[in-house]
Amino acid sequence: MIEIKNLNKSFGSNQVLFNIDATFEQGKVNLIIGQSGSGKSVLAKCIVGLHVPETGEILFDGRSFLDMSRVEKTEIRKEIGMLFQGSALFDSMTVEENVMFPLKMFTNMTQKEMLDRANFCLDRVNLNGKNKLYPAECSGGMQKRIAIARAIAMQPKYLFCDEPNSGLDPKTSIVIDGLIKEITYEYNMTTIVITHDMNSVIEIGDRVLFIHQGKKWWEGDRKSILTTDNQEIIDFVYASNFMKEIRENMQNR
Amino acid sequence: MLKKLFENIGLYFQMIWIIFSKPEKWSVFRKRVFDEIEIIGINSISIVAIMSVFIGAVIALQIASNMDNPLLPAYTVGYITRSTTILEFSPTIISLILAGKVGSNISSEIGTMRITEQIDALEIMGVNSLAYLVLPKIIAAVMFFPILVILSMALSLIGGWVALVGSDMGSTEDYVYGIRAFFRSYEVVYALVKTLFFAFIIVSIASFYGYYTKGGSLEVGKAATQAVVTNSITVLIVNLILTQVMLL
Repeated sequence: MIEIKNLNKSFGSNQVLFNIDATFEQGKVNLIIGQSGSGKSVLAKCIVGLHVPETGEILFDGRSFLDMSRVEKTEIRKEIGMLFQGSALFDSMTVEENVMFPLKMFTNMTQKEMLDRANFCLDRVNLNGKNKLYPAECSGGMQKRIAIARAIAMQPKYLFCDEPNSGLDPKTSIVIDGLIKEITYEYNMTTIVITHDMNSVIEIGDRVLFIHQGKKWWEGDRKSILTTDNQEIIDFVYASNFMKEIRENMQNR
Repeated sequence: MLKKLFENIGLYFQMIWIIFSKPEKWSVFRKRVFDEIEIIGINSISIVAIMSVFIGAVIALQIASNMDNPLLPAYTVGYITRSTTILEFSPTIISLILAGKVGSNISSEIGTMRITEQIDALEIMGVNSLAYLVLPKIIAAVMFFPILVILSMALSLIGGWVALVGSDMGSTEDYVYGIRAFFRSYEVVYALVKTLFFAFIIVSIASFYGYYTKGGSLEVGKAATQAVVTNSITVLIVNLILTQVMLL
């Protein structure tokens, strides 16, 4: 479980996050949603330590991340898997080497053991047989799946996904969403997904946190988001004409 | 502008402090060093060889063609070619060339990794990205640049000899005598010490610009250009200081 308390973050004079409090539960897919520029990616980067907040607390299963020494932070980062918006695969390495990278760095596994683990992870994301390809030779969807395989190689306790569906077609997006959901339940991870894709919200959002103008605006599950009276959520969820029609139909029933 | 300069200098030394920390895993680190020796060192042999042969040839020819005073001994061509090559051309000019080739390569490589979040990925995994990316490059450069400079010295002198004898402007005996005349091995030591400094400067400054790139591909290009310009100026300034300290 990850808890954040009273988190504030500014860039110069521009305050991006205001007193955010949230709890992300273990074994669930926790979504952070909001419009572009609302501060959701900054929030995620604060949680994983890529940005340092001005005030607040971040607790990984009760362990305060901001109070940790550099060594302790390094240790906890080994428990974190992250799927970046652009996949962030290492260009100079093959698919297999990308997945094996954290194992090489932090375990004493033999080459065969690492290879077995990499094959298992690649098989888990339906990419067996693609070991020797380079990221540049893979499609966007494949790159996301490789990134997921790399993220789960170390069997992390926490998984962060920054807009996992950006740039993907709807069908591939569903595959990626499905994978995130499956591995979250399978490994009982605390998963946090940053997205503005409503399909993802409906498909995988066990818990949903809505950020608006840097503030926590709403929190709930995927069902209640469709029926809430909160105007900002309604503007966000039913932004397209198609969704507006669906809402009207729901109300007319 | 001055504030920015001091901020950058502070950030640079902060980066150097982080770079020199214990690698996460020695086996991975060793492999990275060998990979970098190939990229930074071995892949630079051809350009260093070509530059050295031609510049050595031109130095010898220019000295020979400007020596019309009969009071100057014939071995002067070899003597000046050697001195120019060992003291300045091989350590300094070759380093400036490497500042362009290696510096822009390093800066754009690390800059691209920054903007494509590969460095963030390393950090989140718990890898000290600066130590992982930059330290092997510094070690590779410090190990291999002196070899390149020694190669350059030899090839420049050979280039000078080929040009001189080939154009019938001097004899092999006089040229070789000139190369050996008044030789002080300290000159080679001085050249190699300079090279070690230059190697460190070139790699660390290029890495600095790459690592702290912000934005997109345009900024990566700008960072590479800035890295080459700053490297060239720094190499020239350090060259002046080291010459003052070591030769005078």
